[in-house]
Amino acid sequence: MDELIGNLKKQIVQQLNLQDIRPEDIGDDQPLFVEGLGLDSIDALELIVLLQQQYKIKLSNPEEGPKVFYSVKTMADYIRAHRSGLS
Amino acid sequence: MPEEENNITCDCKISNRVISKNGVDLFTRQDGNLNDFLISAYEHFRLNYPKFYKMDNLCRLGLLAAEILLRDSFKKENYRPEEVGIVLANSHSSLDTDLKYYETTRGFASPSLFVYTLPNIVMGEICIRHKFKGENALFIQRKFNPEFIQEYVRDLLNNNILQACICGWVDLFAERHEAILYLIEKGSADLSREQKLNPK
Repeated sequence: MDELIGNLKKQIVQQLNLQDIRPEDIGDDQPLFVEGLGLDSIDALELIVLLQQQYKIKLSNPEEGPKVFYSVKTMADYIRAHRSGLS
Repeated sequence: MPEEENNITCDCKISNRVISKNGVDLFTRQDGNLNDFLISAYEHFRLNYPKFYKMDNLCRLGLLAAEILLRDSFKKENYRPEEVGIVLANSHSSLDTDLKYYETTRGFASPSLFVYTLPNIVMGEICIRHKFKGENALFIQRKFNPEFIQEYVRDLLNNNILQACICGWVDLFAERHEAILYLIEKGSADLSREQKLNPK
């Protein structure tokens, strides 16, 4: 498994206190909200904190949120894009 | 018109890491910390409500007590959602979570802790879980005053604002915790229990 995606899954479970879910249960493309993992608006804020805390990335445009946090894969893509943009 | 009699249908107590209902001990765990106890109880009683993990300890305590109080004792189908309410009191408000949240503000303030920095959220969580939409109130008091709560609930029932009410005390700070809940129903047939809130 992609190392970044693997780490993200562990961090999501920890940050969001999803004690009934194992990181490996989360699909790379599985939607994180509503019909997927069932996250809510407070979880969305926690994901923004996670990006800042773990990857030093600030979500500059809140309207990007639904796209960025659609799945673990879209989060990983966003992190890679911003890391490469910074380097 | 004569007032209809209000009856205490059942009670639940969680204190010193012992859970009892109607005076019968149902669960205890003395090792570990309060968090371990609450999670163990959640698993023991098979609540099957993953949101429990995300709640602060005050909400976990209140939700757990309400769950055990209502299970096998409350016929929800007898009431409309607007007819069931909650009246609680505690002495530490949401201080336990307030302090935990304050700690996070030194770095990244936690949104998920922030939403629990009000004491009445515990009633909201119980209402969401059971789909109750009736009147609710939470009082901050130095100690549990059963007479005050009983009087308040009596008014709600006698004025037909509610037909059933979960009421009592849900207090928590650090490892100290105490939940004493009662279910009071209007004109319930169960007259066998002591008709006075008695936390002893």
